[in-house]
Amino acid sequence: MNNLWGDSLSGFWSAWIIVITLGSIGFAFWLLYANRKTDKTPDAEGNVETTGHAADGIEEYDNPLPRWWFQLYVGTVIFSLGYLVLYPGLGNFAGVLGWTQEGQWEEEVARAEERFTPIFAQYQEIPIPELARDAEAMQVAERIYLNNCAVCHGSNAQGGYGFPNLTDDDWLYGGEPEQILTSLIRGRNGLMPSWQQLGEQNIENVTQHVLALSDLEHDAERAERGAATFASVCAACHMPDGTGNQALGAPNLTNDIWLYQAPGQSVADSVRQTLRNGRNGHMPAQAAYIGEERVHLVAAYVYSLRFRD
Amino acid sequence: MKHEIVEKNVGLLAVLILVVISFGGLAEVVPLFFQKQTTEPVDGLRPLSALELEGRDIYRREGCVGCHSQMIRPFRAETERYGHYSVAGESVYDHNFLWGSKRTGPDLARVGGRYSDDWHRAHMYNPRDVVPESIMPAYPWLFERTLDGSDTPRKMEVLRTLGVPYSDEEIANATREVRGQQEITALIAYLQQLGTVLEGTR
Repeated sequence: MNNLWGDSLSGFWSAWIIVITLGSIGFAFWLLYANRKTDKTPDAEGNVETTGHAADGIEEYDNPLPRWWFQLYVGTVIFSLGYLVLYPGLGNFAGVLGWTQEGQWEEEVARAEERFTPIFAQYQEIPIPELARDAEAMQVAERIYLNNCAVCHGSNAQGGYGFPNLTDDDWLYGGEPEQILTSLIRGRNGLMPSWQQLGEQNIENVTQHVLALSDLEHDAERAERGAATFASVCAACHMPDGTGNQALGAPNLTNDIWLYQAPGQSVADSVRQTLRNGRNGHMPAQAAYIGEERVHLVAAYVYSLRFRD
Repeated sequence: MKHEIVEKNVGLLAVLILVVISFGGLAEVVPLFFQKQTTEPVDGLRPLSALELEGRDIYRREGCVGCHSQMIRPFRAETERYGHYSVAGESVYDHNFLWGSKRTGPDLARVGGRYSDDWHRAHMYNPRDVVPESIMPAYPWLFERTLDGSDTPRKMEVLRTLGVPYSDEEIANATREVRGQQEITALIAYLQQLGTVLEGTR
Protein backbone atom coordinates (compact mmCIF):
# COMPACT_ATOMS: atom_id res chain seq x y z
CA MET A 1 0.00 0.00 0.00
CA ASN A 2 1.29 3.43 -0.79
CA ASN A 3 1.91 5.99 1.90
CA LEU A 4 -1.66 6.89 2.74
CA TRP A 5 -0.83 9.84 4.90
CA GLY A 6 1.03 11.30 2.01
CA ASP A 7 4.10 13.30 1.33
CA SER A 8 5.58 15.99 3.52
CA LEU A 9 5.13 19.59 2.48
CA SER A 10 7.64 21.38 0.33
CA GLY A 11 9.85 23.90 2.11
CA PHE A 12 7.84 26.78 0.74
CA TRP A 13 4.47 25.55 1.98
CA SER A 14 5.91 24.51 5.28
CA ALA A 15 7.28 28.03 5.76
CA TRP A 16 3.97 29.48 4.52
CA ILE A 17 2.04 27.65 7.23
CA ILE A 18 4.54 28.53 9.95
CA VAL A 19 4.53 32.23 9.02
CA ILE A 20 0.72 32.48 8.88
CA THR A 21 0.19 30.49 12.06
CA LEU A 22 2.74 32.29 14.19
CA GLY A 23 1.90 35.62 12.53
CA SER A 24 -1.78 35.19 13.40
CA ILE A 25 -1.02 34.37 16.99
CA GLY A 26 1.37 37.30 17.23
CA PHE A 27 -1.10 39.65 15.59
CA ALA A 28 -3.96 38.61 17.85
CA PHE A 29 -1.76 39.04 20.87
CA TRP A 30 -0.54 42.45 19.75
CA LEU A 31 -4.09 43.59 19.04
CA LEU A 32 -5.17 42.66 22.51
CA TYR A 33 -2.10 44.02 24.19
CA ALA A 34 -2.44 47.34 22.38
CA ASN A 35 -6.02 47.63 23.66
CA ARG A 36 -5.40 46.57 27.23
CA LYS A 37 -5.46 50.15 28.53
CA THR A 38 -7.62 53.13 27.82
CA ASP A 39 -6.08 56.40 26.79
CA LYS A 40 -8.76 58.24 28.71
CA THR A 41 -7.48 58.74 32.23
CA PRO A 42 -9.68 60.11 35.04
CA ASP A 43 -9.16 63.73 35.99
CA ALA A 44 -8.58 64.99 39.57
CA GLU A 45 -12.23 64.51 40.55
CA GLY A 46 -12.39 61.05 39.12
CA ASN A 47 -14.46 62.04 36.12
CA VAL A 48 -13.67 60.05 33.02
CA GLU A 49 -13.86 61.40 29.56
CA THR A 50 -16.27 59.25 27.55
CA THR A 51 -15.90 58.23 23.92
CA GLY A 52 -18.26 60.98 23.00
CA HIS A 53 -20.90 58.51 21.76
CA ALA A 54 -24.27 59.36 23.24
CA ALA A 55 -27.70 57.87 22.72
CA ASP A 56 -30.73 59.16 24.60
CA GLY A 57 -28.38 60.77 27.08
CA ILE A 58 -26.47 57.60 27.79
CA GLU A 59 -22.78 58.02 27.18
CA GLU A 60 -20.24 55.32 26.35
CA TYR A 61 -17.17 54.85 28.49
CA ASP A 62 -13.88 53.73 27.01
CA ASN A 63 -12.88 51.30 29.75
CA PRO A 64 -10.09 48.75 29.39
CA LEU A 65 -10.86 45.03 29.09
CA PRO A 66 -11.50 43.34 32.42
CA ARG A 67 -8.29 41.96 33.81
CA TRP A 68 -9.57 38.36 34.20
CA TRP A 69 -10.67 38.36 30.56
CA PHE A 70 -7.35 39.71 29.40
CA GLN A 71 -5.47 37.07 31.39
CA LEU A 72 -7.69 34.31 30.06
CA TYR A 73 -6.86 35.47 26.57
CA VAL A 74 -3.14 35.49 27.29
CA GLY A 75 -3.68 31.94 28.58
CA THR A 76 -5.10 30.83 25.23
CA VAL A 77 -2.08 32.27 23.44
CA ILE A 78 0.27 30.38 25.74
CA PHE A 79 -1.80 27.21 25.26
CA SER A 80 -1.63 27.51 21.47
CA LEU A 81 2.14 27.92 21.54
CA GLY A 82 2.48 24.93 23.87
CA TYR A 83 0.25 22.89 21.56
CA LEU A 84 2.34 23.81 18.54
CA VAL A 85 5.49 22.67 20.34
CA LEU A 86 4.00 19.31 21.38
CA TYR A 87 1.83 18.38 18.39
CA PRO A 88 2.21 18.67 14.62
CA GLY A 89 0.91 22.02 13.42
CA LEU A 90 3.79 24.10 12.21
CA GLY A 91 4.39 22.89 8.65
CA ASN A 92 6.70 19.90 8.62
CA PHE A 93 7.59 20.17 12.30
CA ALA A 94 6.20 16.95 13.79
CA GLY A 95 5.97 18.17 17.38
CA VAL A 96 8.16 16.92 20.21
CA LEU A 97 5.65 14.19 21.21
CA GLY A 98 5.85 12.64 17.73
CA TRP A 99 2.07 12.15 17.74
CA THR A 100 0.32 11.12 14.54
CA GLN A 101 -3.29 10.27 13.81
CA GLU A 102 -2.22 6.97 12.27
CA GLY A 103 0.02 6.17 15.22
CA GLN A 104 -2.82 6.72 17.65
CA TRP A 105 -5.04 4.39 15.63
CA GLU A 106 -2.35 1.73 15.43
CA GLU A 107 -1.82 1.91 19.17
CA GLU A 108 -5.54 1.55 19.78
CA VAL A 109 -5.73 -1.46 17.46
CA ALA A 110 -2.65 -3.07 19.00
CA ARG A 111 -4.12 -2.71 22.48
CA ALA A 112 -7.34 -4.39 21.37
CA GLU A 113 -5.48 -7.17 19.54
CA GLU A 114 -3.50 -7.91 22.66
CA ARG A 115 -6.70 -8.29 24.61
CA PHE A 116 -8.85 -10.20 22.14
CA THR A 117 -6.43 -12.28 20.07
CA PRO A 118 -5.81 -14.92 22.77
CA ILE A 119 -9.55 -15.40 23.24
CA PHE A 120 -10.21 -15.96 19.56
CA ALA A 121 -7.07 -18.08 19.18
CA GLN A 122 -8.38 -20.34 21.93
CA TYR A 123 -11.73 -20.75 20.16
CA GLN A 124 -10.00 -21.30 16.83
CA GLU A 125 -8.47 -24.53 18.13
CA ILE A 126 -11.78 -26.06 19.17
CA PRO A 127 -13.51 -28.05 16.39
CA ILE A 128 -16.74 -26.46 15.23
CA PRO A 129 -19.20 -29.16 16.46
CA GLU A 130 -17.67 -28.94 19.93
CA LEU A 131 -17.46 -25.15 19.93
CA ALA A 132 -21.14 -25.02 18.99
CA ARG A 133 -21.95 -26.55 22.41
CA ASP A 134 -19.87 -23.98 24.32
CA ALA A 135 -22.44 -21.55 25.73
CA GLU A 136 -19.96 -18.75 26.39
CA ALA A 137 -18.42 -18.96 22.94
CA MET A 138 -21.89 -18.94 21.41
CA GLN A 139 -22.70 -15.71 23.23
CA VAL A 140 -19.69 -14.08 21.60
CA ALA A 141 -20.60 -15.67 18.29
CA GLU A 142 -24.17 -14.46 18.46
CA ARG A 143 -22.94 -10.86 18.72
CA ILE A 144 -20.80 -11.29 15.64
CA TYR A 145 -23.71 -12.95 13.84
CA LEU A 146 -26.10 -10.14 14.74
CA ASN A 147 -23.67 -7.46 13.62
CA ASN A 148 -22.69 -9.02 10.33
CA CYS A 149 -25.14 -11.68 9.20
CA ALA A 150 -28.53 -10.67 10.55
CA VAL A 151 -29.16 -7.98 7.91
CA CYS A 152 -29.77 -10.74 5.37
CA HIS A 153 -30.44 -13.93 7.34
CA GLY A 154 -32.50 -12.22 10.03
CA SER A 155 -31.83 -11.87 13.75
CA ASN A 156 -33.56 -15.25 14.27
CA ALA A 157 -31.52 -16.77 11.40
CA GLN A 158 -34.71 -17.82 9.66
CA GLY A 159 -33.86 -15.87 6.53
CA GLY A 160 -36.44 -14.29 4.31
CA TYR A 161 -37.46 -13.95 0.71
CA GLY A 162 -34.26 -14.67 -1.21
CA PHE A 163 -32.16 -15.18 1.93
CA PRO A 164 -31.71 -18.76 3.15
CA ASN A 165 -33.09 -19.98 6.46
CA LEU A 166 -30.18 -21.26 8.56
CA THR A 167 -32.26 -23.01 11.20
CA ASP A 168 -33.76 -25.79 9.07
CA ASP A 169 -31.99 -28.87 7.75
CA ASP A 170 -32.14 -27.82 4.10
CA TRP A 171 -28.75 -26.57 2.93
CA LEU A 172 -28.00 -25.08 -0.47
CA TYR A 173 -24.26 -25.58 -0.11
CA GLY A 174 -24.16 -28.06 2.75
CA GLY A 175 -24.41 -27.76 6.51
CA GLU A 176 -21.26 -29.61 7.55
CA PRO A 177 -18.61 -27.50 9.34
CA GLU A 178 -16.28 -27.40 6.35
CA GLN A 179 -19.07 -26.37 4.00
CA ILE A 180 -20.30 -23.62 6.33
CA LEU A 181 -16.73 -22.35 6.67
CA THR A 182 -16.30 -22.24 2.90
CA SER A 183 -19.57 -20.33 2.50
CA LEU A 184 -18.42 -17.79 5.04
CA ILE A 185 -14.81 -17.41 3.95
CA ARG A 186 -15.27 -17.40 0.18
CA GLY A 187 -18.89 -16.42 -0.17
CA ARG A 188 -21.25 -18.10 -2.62
CA ASN A 189 -22.56 -17.23 -6.04
CA GLY A 190 -25.70 -19.08 -7.04
CA LEU A 191 -26.64 -18.92 -10.68
CA MET A 192 -29.86 -20.27 -12.09
CA PRO A 193 -30.09 -19.21 -15.73
CA SER A 194 -33.26 -17.92 -17.31
CA TRP A 195 -35.11 -20.58 -19.34
CA GLN A 196 -37.28 -18.15 -21.26
CA GLN A 197 -36.16 -19.85 -24.48
CA LEU A 198 -38.07 -23.01 -23.53
CA GLY A 199 -41.30 -21.16 -24.27
CA GLU A 200 -44.29 -20.58 -22.02
CA GLN A 201 -45.82 -24.03 -22.61
CA ASN A 202 -42.67 -25.84 -21.53
CA ILE A 203 -42.16 -23.52 -18.58
CA GLU A 204 -45.68 -24.35 -17.41
CA ASN A 205 -45.04 -28.08 -17.85
CA VAL A 206 -41.77 -27.96 -15.93
CA THR A 207 -43.47 -25.91 -13.21
CA GLN A 208 -46.12 -28.60 -12.79
CA HIS A 209 -43.39 -31.27 -12.67
CA VAL A 210 -41.52 -29.33 -9.95
CA LEU A 211 -44.75 -29.03 -7.94
CA ALA A 212 -45.17 -32.80 -8.30
CA LEU A 213 -41.62 -33.36 -7.00
CA SER A 214 -42.63 -31.71 -3.73
CA ASP A 215 -45.99 -33.53 -3.63
CA LEU A 216 -47.91 -30.31 -4.13
CA GLU A 217 -51.15 -29.98 -6.03
CA HIS A 218 -50.37 -30.13 -9.75
CA ASP A 219 -51.69 -30.85 -13.21
CA ALA A 220 -50.64 -34.48 -13.70
CA GLU A 221 -50.78 -34.38 -17.48
CA ARG A 222 -48.56 -31.30 -17.75
CA ALA A 223 -46.22 -32.64 -15.06
CA GLU A 224 -45.80 -35.78 -17.17
CA ARG A 225 -44.82 -33.69 -20.18
CA GLY A 226 -42.59 -31.49 -18.02
CA ALA A 227 -40.67 -34.54 -16.77
CA ALA A 228 -38.96 -34.95 -20.14
CA THR A 229 -37.84 -31.32 -20.24
CA PHE A 230 -36.72 -31.56 -16.63
CA ALA A 231 -34.59 -34.60 -17.41
CA SER A 232 -32.87 -32.93 -20.33
CA VAL A 233 -32.51 -29.39 -18.97
CA CYS A 234 -32.84 -29.18 -15.19
CA ALA A 235 -31.44 -32.53 -14.05
CA ALA A 236 -27.88 -31.46 -14.83
CA CYS A 237 -27.86 -29.30 -11.70
CA HIS A 238 -30.94 -30.36 -9.73
CA MET A 239 -30.28 -34.10 -10.31
CA PRO A 240 -32.73 -36.41 -12.10
CA ASP A 241 -34.72 -36.98 -8.89
CA GLY A 242 -34.75 -33.22 -8.13
CA THR A 243 -32.84 -33.52 -4.86
CA GLY A 244 -30.34 -30.87 -5.91
CA ASN A 245 -26.57 -30.64 -5.79
CA GLN A 246 -24.78 -28.92 -2.93
CA ALA A 247 -21.55 -28.61 -4.90
CA LEU A 248 -23.37 -26.18 -7.19
CA GLY A 249 -25.81 -24.75 -4.70
CA ALA A 250 -28.67 -26.19 -6.78
CA PRO A 251 -31.55 -26.47 -4.33
CA ASN A 252 -33.43 -29.61 -3.46
CA LEU A 253 -36.83 -29.33 -5.17
CA THR A 254 -38.46 -32.23 -3.34
CA ASN A 255 -38.76 -30.86 0.21
CA ASP A 256 -41.29 -28.05 -0.33
CA ILE A 257 -38.81 -25.33 0.79
CA TRP A 258 -38.84 -22.35 -1.57
CA LEU A 259 -36.18 -19.67 -1.16
CA TYR A 260 -37.79 -17.32 -3.66
CA GLN A 261 -41.43 -17.56 -2.66
CA ALA A 262 -42.35 -13.93 -2.06
CA PRO A 263 -44.85 -13.17 0.68
CA GLY A 264 -48.32 -13.89 -0.69
CA GLN A 265 -46.96 -15.62 -3.79
CA SER A 266 -48.00 -19.16 -4.71
CA VAL A 267 -45.28 -21.78 -5.12
CA ALA A 268 -46.31 -22.21 -8.74
CA ASP A 269 -45.87 -18.49 -9.46
CA SER A 270 -42.51 -18.47 -7.73
CA VAL A 271 -41.28 -21.42 -9.81
CA ARG A 272 -42.58 -19.85 -13.03
CA GLN A 273 -40.80 -16.61 -12.19
CA THR A 274 -37.56 -18.46 -11.50
CA LEU A 275 -37.78 -20.36 -14.78
CA ARG A 276 -38.53 -17.24 -16.79
CA ASN A 277 -36.00 -14.87 -15.26
CA GLY A 278 -33.39 -17.02 -13.54
CA ARG A 279 -31.96 -16.29 -10.10
CA ASN A 280 -28.64 -15.05 -8.88
CA GLY A 281 -28.20 -15.50 -5.16
CA HIS A 282 -25.03 -13.96 -3.82
CA MET A 283 -23.46 -14.40 -0.41
CA PRO A 284 -20.57 -11.95 0.04
CA ALA A 285 -17.31 -13.42 1.34
CA GLN A 286 -16.91 -12.51 4.99
CA ALA A 287 -13.29 -13.33 5.80
CA ALA A 288 -12.11 -9.93 4.56
CA TYR A 289 -14.58 -8.15 6.81
CA ILE A 290 -14.44 -10.05 10.09
CA GLY A 291 -11.27 -12.15 9.81
CA GLU A 292 -10.86 -15.92 9.95
CA GLU A 293 -10.97 -16.23 13.74
CA ARG A 294 -14.40 -14.67 13.91
CA VAL A 295 -15.52 -16.63 10.87
CA HIS A 296 -14.71 -19.80 12.82
CA LEU A 297 -16.94 -18.65 15.66
CA VAL A 298 -19.79 -17.65 13.36
CA ALA A 299 -19.55 -21.01 11.58
CA ALA A 300 -19.97 -22.68 14.97
CA TYR A 301 -22.94 -20.44 15.69
CA VAL A 302 -24.61 -21.40 12.42
CA TYR A 303 -23.84 -25.05 13.19
CA SER A 304 -25.32 -24.65 16.67
CA LEU A 305 -28.69 -23.49 15.32
CA ARG A 306 -29.69 -27.12 14.66
CA PHE A 307 -29.60 -27.91 18.40
CA ARG A 308 -31.91 -25.05 19.31
CA ASP A 309 -35.64 -25.12 19.70
CA MET B 1 -8.60 56.59 17.96
CA LYS B 2 -7.99 54.74 14.74
CA HIS B 3 -10.86 52.36 15.56
CA GLU B 4 -13.13 55.03 14.34
CA ILE B 5 -11.84 54.78 10.77
CA VAL B 6 -12.68 51.07 10.64
CA GLU B 7 -15.92 51.37 12.53
CA LYS B 8 -17.29 54.13 10.33
CA ASN B 9 -16.39 52.54 6.96
CA VAL B 10 -18.49 49.44 6.45
CA GLY B 11 -16.68 48.53 3.24
CA LEU B 12 -13.29 48.67 4.92
CA LEU B 13 -14.64 46.73 7.89
CA ALA B 14 -15.91 43.99 5.57
CA VAL B 15 -12.58 43.75 3.75
CA LEU B 16 -10.63 43.54 7.02
CA ILE B 17 -12.99 40.86 8.36
CA LEU B 18 -12.43 38.82 5.20
CA VAL B 19 -8.67 39.20 5.57
CA VAL B 20 -8.80 38.01 9.18
CA ILE B 21 -10.99 34.98 8.58
CA SER B 22 -9.04 33.93 5.49
CA PHE B 23 -5.94 33.19 7.58
CA GLY B 24 -7.30 29.83 8.69
CA GLY B 25 -8.02 28.76 5.12
CA LEU B 26 -4.71 30.07 3.84
CA ALA B 27 -2.78 28.01 6.37
CA GLU B 28 -4.95 24.87 6.47
CA VAL B 29 -6.55 24.54 3.03
CA VAL B 30 -4.42 26.21 0.39
CA PRO B 31 -1.26 24.08 0.92
CA LEU B 32 -3.36 20.92 0.32
CA PHE B 33 -3.97 22.01 -3.27
CA PHE B 34 -0.29 21.40 -3.87
CA GLN B 35 0.18 18.11 -2.03
CA LYS B 36 0.29 14.73 -3.74
CA GLN B 37 -1.57 13.22 -0.80
CA THR B 38 -4.72 15.10 -1.74
CA THR B 39 -4.33 15.53 -5.50
CA GLU B 40 -3.15 12.10 -6.68
CA PRO B 41 -5.42 9.04 -6.78
CA VAL B 42 -4.56 5.97 -4.72
CA ASP B 43 -3.31 2.99 -6.75
CA GLY B 44 -6.10 1.38 -8.71
CA LEU B 45 -8.60 4.20 -8.46
CA ARG B 46 -10.68 4.46 -11.63
CA PRO B 47 -13.32 6.99 -12.62
CA LEU B 48 -16.94 5.91 -12.16
CA SER B 49 -18.49 4.12 -15.13
CA ALA B 50 -21.40 5.84 -16.87
CA LEU B 51 -23.93 3.74 -14.95
CA GLU B 52 -22.18 4.31 -11.60
CA LEU B 53 -22.01 8.02 -12.33
CA GLU B 54 -25.78 8.12 -12.92
CA GLY B 55 -26.18 6.15 -9.69
CA ARG B 56 -24.14 8.76 -7.90
CA ASP B 57 -26.44 11.47 -9.20
CA ILE B 58 -29.44 9.52 -7.88
CA TYR B 59 -27.62 9.24 -4.56
CA ARG B 60 -27.33 13.02 -4.55
CA ARG B 61 -30.87 13.61 -5.77
CA GLU B 62 -32.40 11.44 -3.05
CA GLY B 63 -30.31 13.15 -0.40
CA CYS B 64 -28.59 9.99 0.84
CA VAL B 65 -25.69 12.16 2.00
CA GLY B 66 -27.98 13.77 4.57
CA CYS B 67 -28.07 10.56 6.64
CA HIS B 68 -25.06 8.57 5.43
CA SER B 69 -21.46 9.73 5.66
CA GLN B 70 -18.70 8.39 3.41
CA MET B 71 -15.80 9.02 5.71
CA ILE B 72 -14.29 6.40 8.01
CA ARG B 73 -12.19 8.07 10.65
CA PRO B 74 -9.02 6.46 12.01
CA PHE B 75 -10.55 5.13 15.22
CA ARG B 76 -10.67 1.44 16.00
CA ALA B 77 -14.40 1.57 16.67
CA GLU B 78 -14.91 2.72 13.09
CA THR B 79 -12.32 0.60 11.33
CA GLU B 80 -13.70 -2.54 13.06
CA ARG B 81 -17.16 -1.83 11.77
CA TYR B 82 -16.56 -0.23 8.39
CA GLY B 83 -13.05 -1.23 7.33
CA HIS B 84 -9.89 0.72 6.54
CA TYR B 85 -10.09 4.41 7.35
CA SER B 86 -10.75 6.71 4.39
CA VAL B 87 -7.84 8.48 2.70
CA ALA B 88 -7.83 11.60 0.56
CA GLY B 89 -6.51 9.80 -2.53
CA GLU B 90 -9.74 7.82 -2.78
CA SER B 91 -11.77 10.98 -3.34
CA VAL B 92 -9.75 12.78 -6.01
CA TYR B 93 -12.30 11.96 -8.75
CA ASP B 94 -15.25 13.03 -6.61
CA HIS B 95 -16.86 16.31 -7.64
CA ASN B 96 -18.45 17.25 -5.31
CA PHE B 97 -17.39 15.24 -2.27
CA LEU B 98 -20.11 13.18 -0.59
CA TRP B 99 -18.27 12.72 2.69
CA GLY B 100 -21.25 14.00 4.63
CA SER B 101 -21.21 14.95 8.27
CA LYS B 102 -24.24 13.18 9.71
CA ARG B 103 -24.77 9.53 10.50
CA THR B 104 -28.42 8.78 10.99
CA GLY B 105 -27.65 5.60 9.07
CA PRO B 106 -24.30 3.83 8.87
CA ASP B 107 -21.26 5.09 7.02
CA LEU B 108 -21.18 3.93 3.39
CA ALA B 109 -17.55 4.65 2.48
CA ARG B 110 -16.85 0.91 2.10
CA VAL B 111 -20.29 -0.56 1.58
CA GLY B 112 -19.23 -1.91 -1.85
CA GLY B 113 -19.42 -5.71 -1.97
CA ARG B 114 -20.65 -5.96 1.56
CA TYR B 115 -24.20 -6.98 0.64
CA SER B 116 -25.61 -8.64 -2.46
CA ASP B 117 -27.38 -6.69 -5.21
CA ASP B 118 -30.56 -8.54 -4.26
CA TRP B 119 -30.22 -7.33 -0.70
CA HIS B 120 -29.83 -3.73 -1.83
CA ARG B 121 -32.93 -4.06 -4.02
CA ALA B 122 -35.01 -5.50 -1.21
CA HIS B 123 -33.64 -2.93 1.20
CA MET B 124 -34.25 0.09 -1.01
CA TYR B 125 -37.76 -1.08 -1.93
CA ASN B 126 -38.70 -1.29 1.71
CA PRO B 127 -35.94 -1.24 4.34
CA ARG B 128 -38.23 -2.85 6.94
CA ASP B 129 -38.39 -6.04 4.87
CA VAL B 130 -34.78 -6.84 5.72
CA VAL B 131 -34.04 -4.68 8.78
CA PRO B 132 -37.26 -4.56 10.86
CA GLU B 133 -36.08 -1.74 13.13
CA SER B 134 -34.83 0.47 10.27
CA ILE B 135 -36.03 4.08 10.04
CA MET B 136 -34.74 4.58 6.51
CA PRO B 137 -37.35 5.78 4.00
CA ALA B 138 -38.40 3.45 1.18
CA TYR B 139 -37.51 4.38 -2.40
CA PRO B 140 -39.99 2.41 -4.54
CA TRP B 141 -39.95 4.92 -7.38
CA LEU B 142 -36.36 3.97 -8.20
CA PHE B 143 -37.81 0.69 -9.52
CA GLU B 144 -40.31 2.39 -11.82
CA ARG B 145 -38.15 5.07 -13.36
CA THR B 146 -35.57 4.42 -16.02
CA LEU B 147 -32.64 6.46 -17.24
CA ASP B 148 -32.45 7.85 -20.74
CA GLY B 149 -28.76 8.71 -20.59
CA SER B 150 -28.98 11.75 -22.83
CA ASP B 151 -27.11 13.93 -20.32
CA THR B 152 -24.55 11.33 -19.30
CA PRO B 153 -21.86 12.20 -21.89
CA ARG B 154 -22.13 15.88 -21.01
CA LYS B 155 -21.69 15.11 -17.31
CA MET B 156 -18.60 13.07 -18.12
CA GLU B 157 -17.17 15.85 -20.28
CA VAL B 158 -17.60 18.33 -17.45
CA LEU B 159 -15.91 15.95 -15.04
CA ARG B 160 -13.09 15.55 -17.54
CA THR B 161 -12.45 19.28 -17.49
CA LEU B 162 -12.19 18.94 -13.70
CA GLY B 163 -9.48 16.29 -14.07
CA VAL B 164 -11.35 12.97 -14.14
CA PRO B 165 -9.61 10.90 -16.85
CA TYR B 166 -12.53 9.74 -19.01
CA SER B 167 -11.58 8.53 -22.47
CA ASP B 168 -13.42 9.67 -25.60
CA GLU B 169 -14.60 6.10 -26.03
CA GLU B 170 -16.14 5.94 -22.56
CA ILE B 171 -17.97 9.19 -23.20
CA ALA B 172 -19.16 8.04 -26.62
CA ASN B 173 -20.57 4.79 -25.16
CA ALA B 174 -22.08 6.39 -22.07
CA THR B 175 -25.61 6.87 -23.35
CA ARG B 176 -25.79 3.31 -24.66
CA GLU B 177 -24.57 1.91 -21.36
CA VAL B 178 -27.14 3.80 -19.35
CA ARG B 179 -30.27 4.03 -21.53
CA GLY B 180 -33.23 2.02 -20.32
CA GLN B 181 -31.64 0.94 -17.03
CA GLN B 182 -33.74 1.17 -13.89
CA GLU B 183 -32.60 3.90 -11.54
CA ILE B 184 -32.18 1.32 -8.78
CA THR B 185 -29.69 -0.58 -10.95
CA ALA B 186 -27.58 2.54 -11.36
CA LEU B 187 -27.72 3.36 -7.66
CA ILE B 188 -26.66 -0.17 -6.69
CA ALA B 189 -23.84 -0.10 -9.25
CA TYR B 190 -22.61 3.08 -7.55
CA LEU B 191 -22.92 1.62 -4.05
CA GLN B 192 -21.21 -1.65 -4.96
CA GLN B 193 -17.97 0.09 -5.98
CA LEU B 194 -17.75 2.36 -2.93
CA GLY B 195 -14.47 1.96 -1.10
CA THR B 196 -13.39 -1.18 -2.94
CA VAL B 197 -10.06 0.25 -4.11
CA LEU B 198 -8.22 -0.12 -0.81
CA GLU B 199 -7.60 -3.82 -0.16
CA GLY B 200 -7.15 -5.34 3.23
CA THR B 201 -9.89 -3.77 5.28
CA ARG B 202 -8.52 -5.62 8.27
